[in-house]
Amino acid sequence: MISVEINGEQRELDVDPQMPLLWALRDHLDLTGTKFGCGRALCGACTVHIDGEAARSCSITVGDVDGKKVTTIEGVSGPVAEAVVGAWRDLDVVQCGYCQSGQIMSAITLLTKNPSPTDADIDSSMVGNICRCGTYQRIRAAIHQGAKKAGGEA
Amino acid sequence: MNDTDAEAGLSSPSRRRFLRGSAAATVFLLACHVPFSRRALAQQPTNNAPPIHKPNLFVKIDSDNWVTVISKHLEMGQGVTTGLATLLAEEMEADWSKMRFAFAPNDTSVYNNLDFGPMMGTGGSSSMHNSWEQMRMAGAAARAMLLAAAAEKWRVPEAELKAENSTITHKSGKSATFAELGQEAMQQPVPEKPALKAPGDWKLIGKQLPRIDSRGKTDGSGQFGLDVRRPGMRRAVIARPPLFGATLKNFDASASKKVPGVREVVKVPGGVAVVAEDTWSALRGRDALKVEWDSANAETRSTDEIQAEYGKLADGKGLVAANRGNATGTLASAEKKVKSEYFFPYLAHAPMEPLNGVLEFDGNKAKLWGGSQLQTIDTNVLAKTLGIEPGAVTIHTTLGGGSFGRRGTAVGDWVAELASISKAIKEKTPIQLVWTREDDIQGGYYRPMVLHRVEAGIDKDGNIAGWQHKIVTQSIFASTETPFTSFMVKDGVDHSSVEGVADTPYQIDNFSVLSYNAKSPVSVNWWRSVGNTHTAHVMETTLDELAKLAGKDPLEFRLQLLEDERDKSVLQLVAEKTSWRGAGDKRGLAFHKSFGTPVALVAEVDAGEGDFQVRKITAAVNCGTAINPDIVAAQVEGAVGFALSTLLRNQITLDKGRVVQSNFHNFIPTHIADMPEVEVHIVPSTGTPTGLGEPGLPPLAPSVGNAITAATGKRMYSMPFLMT
Amino acid sequence: MDLRHEYGWPSPLPPSQRVGPAATLALAALLLVAGCGERKAERPDNAPPARASQDGDHWQQIASVLTHPRCLNCHQVEMPLQGDGRPHIPRVERGPDNMGVAAMRCSNCHKSGNNQASGVPGAPHWSLAPESMNWSGLSTAELCQQLLDPKRNGGRTPDDLAKHMGEDPLVLWGWQPGADREPVPIQHDKFMEVFRAWVAAGTPCPQQEQSEDSA
Repeated sequence: MISVEINGEQRELDVDPQMPLLWALRDHLDLTGTKFGCGRALCGACTVHIDGEAARSCSITVGDVDGKKVTTIEGVSGPVAEAVVGAWRDLDVVQCGYCQSGQIMSAITLLTKNPSPTDADIDSSMVGNICRCGTYQRIRAAIHQGAKKAGGEA
Repeated sequence: MNDTDAEAGLSSPSRRRFLRGSAAATVFLLACHVPFSRRALAQQPTNNAPPIHKPNLFVKIDSDNWVTVISKHLEMGQGVTTGLATLLAEEMEADWSKMRFAFAPNDTSVYNNLDFGPMMGTGGSSSMHNSWEQMRMAGAAARAMLLAAAAEKWRVPEAELKAENSTITHKSGKSATFAELGQEAMQQPVPEKPALKAPGDWKLIGKQLPRIDSRGKTDGSGQFGLDVRRPGMRRAVIARPPLFGATLKNFDASASKKVPGVREVVKVPGGVAVVAEDTWSALRGRDALKVEWDSANAETRSTDEIQAEYGKLADGKGLVAANRGNATGTLASAEKKVKSEYFFPYLAHAPMEPLNGVLEFDGNKAKLWGGSQLQTIDTNVLAKTLGIEPGAVTIHTTLGGGSFGRRGTAVGDWVAELASISKAIKEKTPIQLVWTREDDIQGGYYRPMVLHRVEAGIDKDGNIAGWQHKIVTQSIFASTETPFTSFMVKDGVDHSSVEGVADTPYQIDNFSVLSYNAKSPVSVNWWRSVGNTHTAHVMETTLDELAKLAGKDPLEFRLQLLEDERDKSVLQLVAEKTSWRGAGDKRGLAFHKSFGTPVALVAEVDAGEGDFQVRKITAAVNCGTAINPDIVAAQVEGAVGFALSTLLRNQITLDKGRVVQSNFHNFIPTHIADMPEVEVHIVPSTGTPTGLGEPGLPPLAPSVGNAITAATGKRMYSMPFLMT
Repeated sequence: MDLRHEYGWPSPLPPSQRVGPAATLALAALLLVAGCGERKAERPDNAPPARASQDGDHWQQIASVLTHPRCLNCHQVEMPLQGDGRPHIPRVERGPDNMGVAAMRCSNCHKSGNNQASGVPGAPHWSLAPESMNWSGLSTAELCQQLLDPKRNGGRTPDDLAKHMGEDPLVLWGWQPGADREPVPIQHDKFMEVFRAWVAAGTPCPQQEQSEDSA
């Protein structure tokens, strides 16, 4: 039995410890906001936060998160998260929307660690999040806007 | 509830006319109950207030005064739910901040795509075009009924009433919300031909309204097919043959069945399905399978062999796709000529959400949940595979995590797979079929491989003397009998193979286009902008070459060949916005018209030895009325991002029939560091909207290619661009 | 074929940002895709040692391990390589602590062990070697000099180096990389024996050859 705090709630997972966290979240906890895109840590659609760090849940086992804190898109909170999600909505970043949970999770991590990123910083941190619809121009703009909004923290 | 569209004949013109004719009269109310997926509504940002009147066809008002637009189209990112809601709300005078959407059930008699005939489906950049009048009529009818209800209730003349922000107000100050009047409004007669607003009175159309699908896509609540959960649902994956055209010989499931969580391993027409309690177990079960395939009829050639075969085909006799004047004669006496061969590889759509769907089948009735793009085809495929009537099939369309054409195939491939699993399993549980990324990249239904040969010349005045064009590719529409085949294929020529060349808006007097149908077991499908993905590049590169031979400004050269002012308008606008500098301009210009929409692009590119980076794309589009200019811009931005991957690196290649690429490490989509700045300008118009989901894509390659040529002298004759 | 595009790998830096020949070489390495045999053939480190002594043999054996992709992939300037020496996908960067940047940290994907499902390798403190310990583009003679230079080896004595090679779990992963990854060419026991013998002999290095840089 693996014990993990997910979105502030203590959960017990009675699954194969080798199971990718992604499938445990989606299939066993019905937290479907975290998406399956490639299964090989190549696209970022499954990005969650583990103890505050961005992580690719397809490449992390349930065993890896025993005793840790996991946050998914459904559970993000705080001024940076609000600024990011708000900017995403203000600028209508989304198209199909499938990758956007992962994009937002990466963007929150980026702004938490680097409150005023340059375009190059954004590229460096977001290059692992693929958007097939090509919403990158707006992702970039939304991160800049989110940085401004969350500016009190900078 | 489902029309027996198969029997009715999907392409029957009389039936198509009947439905078109009756659309306006039936848009608003029918006395039938249409079941809506509560789950689909639950993703909307409000409570689930009970509907206060029977839900009807295109609009529903709930007791919380939110208005729901019933979308007959799949939302796969193109913004169609926002577009349809805008049209409805505009005429209805609904409050934009209280609009939401739900997907329509599969009912071809009501929700057919008016551009497709009796076919419920989304594609061909047709959604706003075919809904333009229908949805405004629905809104106007609803408003008229709400006004009539208020007039009756308050015993006042309708002329003294005003509808605004989902409220009816009397000049006395008395007012009632749409919700409060809903029940009475339902009793009012449906107006036959409600008057539509004049463009000058529009409050929403043409404004930058926020998307109505934004919230659910930024908080994790939006429901895609892969997010559907049903009681007792099992997950299934399929082991498919490694070669196109190979079939199952035999399999050993003993190890697979020992994997914890695996429930059943069954043979299905496409391979072997592993059914398990969760996705991880299903995947591990598939890994443990031992399968032997029969490759007797499989594609075993490599890409270069197929390419060579295409070349041989082009040496032979083709089918006439267009012929006017005497291209052979005029070319023989042309002053200067270009003669080039172009090659385009297979391409996977690779939507971010891999294919999937949920099917519940109790032996009599079937319910499908998923990103169904062609509901009529999917309904019929399910019915046929399961041996039930189409009327016993219900489709709950969900959000599609991208498609680019992949979710809708003429054979309903993923839907058929689901049905075959449901039929084969012993435990009749709901099944969620999951495709992995590898299944997707290697699974076919590709943009076909294409070879072009073009010979074109100019006369002594620098005008086009003649143009001969050969196109070799696998036909999308002729390869399988599809509901579209009869109007897409004429005399053996598949229009989608030659579109953008044979029907070019450029006035070229001596012009010949030949089409060659190559054969392969590799399955092919429409891929965002279909034939235009390659034809635009060949046309616009060749035009650039000719303009250069003639010593003319590529802008003027194109303008002189165009007649339609609408086509010219985008070239003029993009020239103005970029301060186009004429013949010596080092940027790349391209124009292409597809799906009724002309688009011109100017590309700014840094190009050097072996490398290039696209810095900026300036676009001008003329799509008729831009219902939501911000979504128009987003679609062009996205088309640039999507198309860029095909210039940079994406290709599907075969090694002795096996697909070389498998995931995003060797089929790498455009990423943020590749993405140029994109600036979009819209030619003002109040005309009927034309397509926009696709038309931004075709001119990207030639605009970038022409810029690379300007910088390096090198021509881009194949995709991905070969810089060395 | 333009491999940069095939791999979606970064634009070459503008000349002004290139940090001398090493960066140029790193780029050359990035653009190099081949099996490790072929890849090694590209490297001009096949010059025979000055003397065919046993000490020289020791060093050549050590070098065959250190220049193997399992080691060399992460002893890079700015961005690691993967597999048999191809660019890392997705694109990642060193960052201030050799473990990536804000939302693209090594540990976002690489955990303490190999991941069976995704195929992503893992070992404790997965990271790039410090930039001072970049080995890309070095001849074996240069590599030898660098390995012994405390300024460019993390301040290690030869004994410290032996400890590093003998005990660091990330280094040890190179001997048991799992999946279909090729381990370094010499078994660990044997390697340690050779390494200690080389240390005992006074860590002799081959004579300086022309490096790729200056060639």
